Amino acid sequence: MTPLNLAAINIAWLPLCPLIVVAAAAMIVLLAGVRVRDDESQGLGALTLALLAVAFVFALGLLGQSGVAFAGAIAVDNFAAFFELVILMSAALVVLMSIDYLPAHGLSAAEYYALLLFSTFGMMLMATGADLIVIFIGFEVMSISVYVLAGFLRRNLKSNEAALKYFLMGAFSTAFLLYGIALVYGATGTIKLGPIRAALSSPMAANPLLLSGLGLMLVGFGFKVAAVPFHMWTPDAYEGAPTPVTAFMAVGVKLGAFAGFIRIFMVHLGPVSADWSAVLWVVAALTMTVGNLVALVQVNIKRMLAYSAIAHAGYILVAMTAAGSQAGGAILYYLLGYAFTNLGAFAAVIALERRGVESDLISDYRGLAARHPALAAAMTLFLLSLTGVPPLAGFLGKFYLFSAALNAGLVWLVIIAVLNSVMSAYYYLAVIVAMYMREGGAEAGALGARPALVAALAVAAIATVLIGIYPEPYMTGALHAFNSAFGAALPRTALMLR
Amino acid sequence: MESYWLTGLIFLPLLGAIFVLMQGDERSTWRAAAVFSMIPLAISIYLLVRFDPREGGYQFVEQYAWIPQFGISYHLGLDGISLFLVVLTTLLIALSLVYSGGGDIGYRPREFCFFMLVLETGLLGALLAVDLFMFYVFWEVMLIPMYFLIGIWGHGRKIYAAFKFILFTMLGSIMMLVAILYLVHLAHLQSGALSFDLPSLYSVRLTPTEARWLFAGFAIAFAVKVPMWPIHTWLPDAHTEAPTAGSVILAGVMLKMGTYGFVRFAIPLFPAIALEATPLFMALAVVGIIYGALVAMVQPDLKRLVAYSSVSHLGFVMLGIFALNPQGVEGAIYQMLNHGLSTGALFLLVGMIYLRRHTREISEFGGLWHRIPIFAAIFMFVMLSSIGLPGLNGFIGEFLIMLGAYLKLRLAVVFAVFGVILGALYMLYAYERVMFGPITKAVNETLTDLSWREIGVMVPLIALMLFMGLYPRPLLNRMEPSVTAMLTRVQSAQVRLETPRPAALAALNPAARTLPR
Repeated sequence: MTPLNLAAINIAWLPLCPLIVVAAAAMIVLLAGVRVRDDESQGLGALTLALLAVAFVFALGLLGQSGVAFAGAIAVDNFAAFFELVILMSAALVVLMSIDYLPAHGLSAAEYYALLLFSTFGMMLMATGADLIVIFIGFEVMSISVYVLAGFLRRNLKSNEAALKYFLMGAFSTAFLLYGIALVYGATGTIKLGPIRAALSSPMAANPLLLSGLGLMLVGFGFKVAAVPFHMWTPDAYEGAPTPVTAFMAVGVKLGAFAGFIRIFMVHLGPVSADWSAVLWVVAALTMTVGNLVALVQVNIKRMLAYSAIAHAGYILVAMTAAGSQAGGAILYYLLGYAFTNLGAFAAVIALERRGVESDLISDYRGLAARHPALAAAMTLFLLSLTGVPPLAGFLGKFYLFSAALNAGLVWLVIIAVLNSVMSAYYYLAVIVAMYMREGGAEAGALGARPALVAALAVAAIATVLIGIYPEPYMTGALHAFNSAFGAALPRTALMLR
Repeated sequence: MESYWLTGLIFLPLLGAIFVLMQGDERSTWRAAAVFSMIPLAISIYLLVRFDPREGGYQFVEQYAWIPQFGISYHLGLDGISLFLVVLTTLLIALSLVYSGGGDIGYRPREFCFFMLVLETGLLGALLAVDLFMFYVFWEVMLIPMYFLIGIWGHGRKIYAAFKFILFTMLGSIMMLVAILYLVHLAHLQSGALSFDLPSLYSVRLTPTEARWLFAGFAIAFAVKVPMWPIHTWLPDAHTEAPTAGSVILAGVMLKMGTYGFVRFAIPLFPAIALEATPLFMALAVVGIIYGALVAMVQPDLKRLVAYSSVSHLGFVMLGIFALNPQGVEGAIYQMLNHGLSTGALFLLVGMIYLRRHTREISEFGGLWHRIPIFAAIFMFVMLSSIGLPGLNGFIGEFLIMLGAYLKLRLAVVFAVFGVILGALYMLYAYERVMFGPITKAVNETLTDLSWREIGVMVPLIALMLFMGLYPRPLLNRMEPSVTAMLTRVQSAQVRLETPRPAALAALNPAARTLPR
């Protein structure tokens, strides 16, 4: 047997650097944590942040490159880099929120940060994969880490319930996705996205194998982005999980899932968009409407934000239904604004929580403006951005999404979307009413003692305003990122449509 | 050449709002807020003086690219239609802040001044925006501070009123957003250029069906704000429960955003449909006039009475606008100013008496003339202005509107005149019950008359009512070129409707859009 000549294999390490750094970081943190006591874990948080920053710098270096690596398994393009950057930012903000949360709840930090990093790795892999199997591996790495994180409050019954539910439903959805991948492979004879697109570009008759594959993959991704009717796990999982993990689920998991979803469906299954966009139309309308309707009656803020996250996934699906380059750019821009806004909202929820005191009812927010004006103002900013009030990031995002959908002729879907948007104003404003116009409520822990949380709030607030009033560079970046995803598949004709 | 007056006008209040938040004690808060509301007032008066009355287009224009991908520009301009509304806005905000500093706002003064100044930014921005996207942004921005003003400093069912206010308006305006997006999309398809700039959208060719839907999108947003009967139900709640300053701005300026929207956007963008819809809107306006007056007559609450009188008065404004002739439209703009002054003043007066008695029930008063004569005299003056007594401002506006409506649709005037009579009736009847007769309640014996601050707030309003009643020419002169420019668009649409020439037919033909350009 001849030994494998490793030197002869030409591996493009550079595109993998952000991924490698994050995976290595997870192990470094795990090892470093051996000697750290749970109530002194702030240093581990700082270490995690520093390692995320290193990965961020490597990801920045990937901007502007294009091509594929690992024989077409890894995409090297702005699309991947864009998602990696946003995912890393989100992970960093979640770490900032966790730094004081973990010791306050007596949680072991090393495992927590390691799992957080592993799932970040999974998300980034989903954004980078140009191969159905690679995307699936990313999907699994991300999901399994988050299942554990959701149950991290070991002695809390709700947290256990969250983890179990999330795990069972997640495993189910994984099976769907995998089966879908298998069928698509059967129909096209390849698992590489570029060749799949090429195969589909030639006119082919309605292939039942392909159609079932598409349908099953749609279900798999529908679970992960919490689209109706695959959303049932969301509220329980969001409510029970530790709040920083909830934030990570609402933002990070969604970013990763949408990265894969968009790359597979909007980019590489674009030639057969007629086959899936009609289904998506219905899913989008249902997701928005059910999410908003149920959010109206929630009394727990984490559940409310869970349903609101479902509704927001619906808005994104509106633009996915529209397909096309403008819609892709709109979704990426929207996700950027959504990430900061939602993380900010969860950071504010964490600020109100203290150990042993459950302060996640909306009624706990009563009179917050009088006791903590800055916290209330920040929360108001995030809620208004989620509502879509100009000139905040959430408004510009919705504006971009809906105008892309209108340009594609989806007038009725847009009307459903804007009516939903008005409906959502009711429950977001209800929190503002509680904070500013009512008395009583729960006492928030002192913010001054939690500088990391304050930093997270400040970053999220500044980004929410900045992305809204000066959207130009982010919009351009998002559009380029989306268009670059075509580069791997169709080198020449990619930058079309606009 | 380049001037930054309009930018300054819009954003100095925002700067002031942030500055106010940093104030320590209550006194310096009010002082800072008053100073920062005087600056935009001074700028707007300066612009009033500098305004060229012969020019019908936008003046003091500023235009920069903002979001070039979408053809959105930062485009501001002032013309004869918005000029006086801008001055009215800055004046009423300044006066209400000065008034509120006198004890009307008992708690959280810093936040109050903050929201008032942010509100001013929103209002002025909406009045000065020439870009539809910018207009929409400011249109929404003004909702949030008003929502807080009602919800925090209001009375009674304030949260209910605040919710109703914001949900009604949002529902209307979101339809406008869809209409804007669709219109811009059509313009993009036709000309290849993406632009939200209002003048560039005039030339979009629409099929009648498209135009009707788009007009409806705009009209709903504006009609909610006016508010036109039958979507006026948020108004009595919001006006009654709002704090005095909030009611003044709501009635004085915010309602005008609706009527202004018709004059500025809905009608010039879709003149043919506006002509088609004239009978409908005139009918709704007349119903509003009479309905508002009748309901006002039976209100036991003084503030609610004034609120319903707004429904009636805004009906007149809508009547004038949809007369679509110079008399009607100029009268309508004039009446917008009148209503701002007199209803603003009435809300201030009701606020003053509420501050003394903590009730607004008409039956709680009686014989106040004997105890607080200055208050009663000012009230009388303002009320006569509101009724439309010749020699005061209200008369000029109503007269012009009637004249315009008469030229358009005589029947409407026949009914509208009843509104005038009823207006005099409910106002005088209420006045009689509050001011005349013997003092029936012992508490009313000890009332104190207006303070110097309160008199100082009322004097500018009274002076303007008198001036506008006696000498309307300088105002009408400045409105005329812009109004004429707007009506020219309507007339050309009318010509096209009456004599369908080939060119006009092509413009209305859906197939024409797909022809190669």
